[in-house]
Amino acid sequence: MLPTLNRSSLRAISHHGRRLLSGAPASGGGDVGVGQEILEVKGPSGGGVGGGDKQDTVKGDISSPTYGVKYNPGMPLDLKWVESVAVNKSGLEQRATQLGGRRTVKKVYQAAWLLRAISCIDLTTLSGDDTEGNVRRLCAKAANPVRHDILEKLGVPSNFGLTTGAVCVYPARVKDAVSALEGTGIPVASVATGFPSGQIKLEHKLAEIEQCVEDGAREIDIVLSRDKCLRGDWSGVYEEVKLFKQACGPNVDMKTILATGELATYKNVSKASLVCMMAGADFIKTSTGKESVNATLPVSLTMMRAIRDYYDESGKEYRVGYKPAGGISTAKDSLSYLALVKDELGDTWLNNDMFRFGASSLLGDCERQLHHNAFGEYAADYYMPSA
Amino acid sequence: MLSLRTLSLPSPLHRTLSTPSITSLFTSMSYGPAPEDDSAARSWIKSHDGKFGAFINGEWIKEGEVVDNVCPSDGSILSQTHQAPISLLDRAIESSEIAYKSWSTLPPHHRARHLYSIARNLQKHSRLLSVIESLDNGKPIREVRDGDVGLAVRHFYYHAGWAQVLNEEMPNYSSLGVVSQIIPWNFPLLMLAWKIAPALSTGNTVILKPAPNTRLSAFLFADILKESGLPGGVVNVVSGDNEMAEAMVSDTRIDKVAFTGSTNVGKHLQKETAGRGIKLSLELGGKSPVIVYDSADLDGAVEGLVNGIFYNQGQVCCAGSRLLVQENIYEKFIEKVKRRMSTLRVGSSLEKNIDMAALIDETQKKRIQEFVEIGREEGADVYQQTECPDGCYYPPTLITNVQSTSRLVQEEIFGPVLVAQTFRTPTEAIKLANNSKYGLSAGVWTEQLGLALETALSVKAGVLWVNGHNNFDAAAGFGGYKESGFGREGGKEGLYEYMKLKWKSRGQKTVSDQIIARSDNWGKETLAPLPSSPTSSSTGLPSVDRTPKMYIGGAQKRPDGNYVLPIMSHDGETLLGQVGAGNRKDVRDAVQAANKAALGWGKRAAYNRSQILFFIAENLSIRKEEFAKRLDAMTGCGEDEGMKEVEESISRLFTYASYADKYGGSVQETAFYGVTTSVNEPVGVIGMVCDDGERPLLSFISMIAPAIVRGNAVVVAPSEKYPLAATDLYQVLDTSDLPGGVLNIVTGESAVIAKTLAEHQHIDGVWYFGDVEGCYNVQKRAAGNMKRTFVCSEGRDWMVKQQGEGEEFLRESSEVKNIWMPMGESMSGAGAAY
Repeated sequence: MLPTLNRSSLRAISHHGRRLLSGAPASGGGDVGVGQEILEVKGPSGGGVGGGDKQDTVKGDISSPTYGVKYNPGMPLDLKWVESVAVNKSGLEQRATQLGGRRTVKKVYQAAWLLRAISCIDLTTLSGDDTEGNVRRLCAKAANPVRHDILEKLGVPSNFGLTTGAVCVYPARVKDAVSALEGTGIPVASVATGFPSGQIKLEHKLAEIEQCVEDGAREIDIVLSRDKCLRGDWSGVYEEVKLFKQACGPNVDMKTILATGELATYKNVSKASLVCMMAGADFIKTSTGKESVNATLPVSLTMMRAIRDYYDESGKEYRVGYKPAGGISTAKDSLSYLALVKDELGDTWLNNDMFRFGASSLLGDCERQLHHNAFGEYAADYYMPSA
Repeated sequence: MLSLRTLSLPSPLHRTLSTPSITSLFTSMSYGPAPEDDSAARSWIKSHDGKFGAFINGEWIKEGEVVDNVCPSDGSILSQTHQAPISLLDRAIESSEIAYKSWSTLPPHHRARHLYSIARNLQKHSRLLSVIESLDNGKPIREVRDGDVGLAVRHFYYHAGWAQVLNEEMPNYSSLGVVSQIIPWNFPLLMLAWKIAPALSTGNTVILKPAPNTRLSAFLFADILKESGLPGGVVNVVSGDNEMAEAMVSDTRIDKVAFTGSTNVGKHLQKETAGRGIKLSLELGGKSPVIVYDSADLDGAVEGLVNGIFYNQGQVCCAGSRLLVQENIYEKFIEKVKRRMSTLRVGSSLEKNIDMAALIDETQKKRIQEFVEIGREEGADVYQQTECPDGCYYPPTLITNVQSTSRLVQEEIFGPVLVAQTFRTPTEAIKLANNSKYGLSAGVWTEQLGLALETALSVKAGVLWVNGHNNFDAAAGFGGYKESGFGREGGKEGLYEYMKLKWKSRGQKTVSDQIIARSDNWGKETLAPLPSSPTSSSTGLPSVDRTPKMYIGGAQKRPDGNYVLPIMSHDGETLLGQVGAGNRKDVRDAVQAANKAALGWGKRAAYNRSQILFFIAENLSIRKEEFAKRLDAMTGCGEDEGMKEVEESISRLFTYASYADKYGGSVQETAFYGVTTSVNEPVGVIGMVCDDGERPLLSFISMIAPAIVRGNAVVVAPSEKYPLAATDLYQVLDTSDLPGGVLNIVTGESAVIAKTLAEHQHIDGVWYFGDVEGCYNVQKRAAGNMKRTFVCSEGRDWMVKQQGEGEEFLRESSEVKNIWMPMGESMSGAGAAY
């Protein structure tokens, strides 16, 4: 059993100057008052994945959630563990398929879940034609993700402060985003290390990370060297990711993009997940959005199980976040992912400190679905302020 | 030990909780209620004025005592049913018999059209069927919607296909007649489909009795049949209780009984139908093992268990209720299982956010509670972490610290209770898996192909799931080994249960009272014969005595009783020889030898088995004149006829030597990403009693050859009257490399040997060719350990190929195992879920 406040929660409070949603979990908290209150709700002691520990298990309709905070100092590379990974495709896919049929949320529950989904979005633009202009527009949307009349109708208080989890851009756009988001508390995430292919030299990768951090990015999404993964050079992957983490520094979250679509097998995904976590990743992330296959539920399940195994292996101390990215574009999809997180990792992971969607069009669909929830009618997309 | 918190989850039927605020839900992230709308189901019930009855000849007949149809989720009354009085059964059978005349003679395409129509209409009403089934049975709506209904539909499509091609695919077979089908409450609609679809497709008509507590889907099905345009009488649904079931079995107009339910009832039915020449298929209980090796995907295996034991609240005959975990991963794995169990949700059956719903009734709940209580008393650890609503619910339960000696490990609980044990090696895993009177299904989890296959082929069960559990499809047979029953449902193997060879009659269907009355004395040993006149040769010297002994374990063994029986020539004037009078102990020794030999023999390469059979034929051929003379001396058939019989015997040996490597099974075309393969495994040890007909050598060869070549070990009683044809074979066998114990021959009185064979619990199957009385007694006595029986009182002309050899014998020599092997490694590719 861990103490109510551990190192990680303190760290989270100290380095994120973000405001928290009222009554809501978020990535740490600048607003100490609310943050304290939340942290006192329940200890971040493993919550839903606590297994036999009834007290911490959240369930049913009378639950009070526990919020965990990311904490991963990394560990020495354990190749024996990496090589012994077993993933059975049919078993995996069956579970991933069945979950959609076993869990659903309706009415006000659904609205609440969609708000939660929105709070977990890394609102993203990663295009060759990105300019300061469209990045600013995106940032404005991140700060005001849902039309106010919809929120009002749903009974969301005006001081609720719903925002997306972060805004995610290319390195060249970090400064634009940081300036656009000033005062919102929304962190800027930047992709780096030769995104999306990673086919640049190591020194350039490291320099890129350092530049992004210097420009104000608080989260860095790095890509793995797929050549190393596919050749089974896991110690090469480990060493590189460790260097990336060093370059990020202590106050920046590092998300490691596995590019699962290019790793070909679930087993590779599982191995890569473990290696990244051992190397100190704060999040493991599926895809760049540029591969032909991006986030899927079975891949997510694979990675979540790796997160859980890693958590277990660390004596239930190290908690790594999860970020599916690419291809998640409907409100319904987002609910399936949240249910998967809830059932596989537990409520501890069900907040934007531990979980993110990498998505661009998802927000629009969530907003339209919330409109339907609020007013009982389906809205055209042009009724929603665009990002 | 922890106490269960009782929590009233919102029930769709009685919702009282007020809706929480959106912000509190944003914080709690709870699932909330998601009830299925049941208004259409209730309006269907209303359209019947809330009362159902029997569906006979296409009409509803509402007669008899009225009983309630209870909704297990909340104990409310859904509707009522008139329980058909036994007198209505007469009407049902009459209408079935009339309908049979036209239904069985419909052109195949017409029958196919009818089945197709049923499939289509079921599909159209799938939502209504789902809700009705869920309300009536208490199972989660999600399971019915995603499982039962789709599978039921699939069975009708699949068998519509069989109806269409039946004449081409099974030209030697015809329908049986009127079939009684009795189904259980755990999968009311699916079991109905498993029973009715193959019966109709092969041209039979049906009287179906649903379980008393789950009748509604059968009634709705009856409505759908009307809509589908099925002629009246082809399917009759009778509402009734056990008394009705008994009447459906005992009626002498019935041609077959198909039953799914408990092993005890199954044994009862085996006795009830004994000797009547009617067919019986039984799908009974199980205590199916799930073997988890250290090379498994442990998280995958955990999900396999969830699907295996918590599916339908564990009220599944093939539930994976016995967890066997390799010792070195036990703690880790059990922690994973517990963690997963803590996220399972139990609630009302129409609620979509649940994994488990209501048990069928309080009786079942009490039974489960009692079992778990036994576990507690024995000092086992009971893990229960899930909140349950009040009422007929039981939480998912894991029992650890429990040994094979516990009743919890041996007996079928039929609830969401998993018992866990450990093993050290694959050999031990297989041994523990087989340490059960049941043999319905098994699961094996490993990423090592070789280990998976070896385990799958070594566990004695009818359905083997590799890295999965509870995969079903109409194209693969389902059914068990040992006391899990016999016969298969689904696949081509399932069709035989509803068909007979064309040359066979419909069976006499009844056994006389006298036979039944003297049954207790049947097969008792009679007094040994007294010494008779000596055999002499033309020289005046006594001939060198060649009294054959028993042939047991590859050696000649003196009969235990040390009595002999005289074998006279056909004219009764010459003593041809004497044979040992086999008794219980001779049979016991033979069975022991057979069991010892069976394992190794079954694993020999088919090529090797065929070589040995060819060798027997070769050695018989060398001595054919001698055998022909002997046949003539015994039966008086004349040497020419004797020679014909010997030649035919050699040919028959050739036939079955040929089938050593041509009857292994097939690939089943299921809707499954992977390979589903049916393997024809040996039954094990088969006891046989030959008839007393005029072809003693050929009948003997015709019976033992298929059994042996398909890997069984045999204990056989040759013709009582003409045993020398068999005993003369000893030397042939000795010179043919047949391993000792594979074929054991016990001479003596047929009834004595038959009785002992039928009652011996270490025999897996028994064949009896003789009179009705023998058939009756053998089948009745075989029920003790549910041996598969193959009996024939009609008499066969063994010289006619159609009657004396072929697929029938190969099938009776085999137990069909269906192995499900999923495939895939890469994330993309055909069949990937995403």
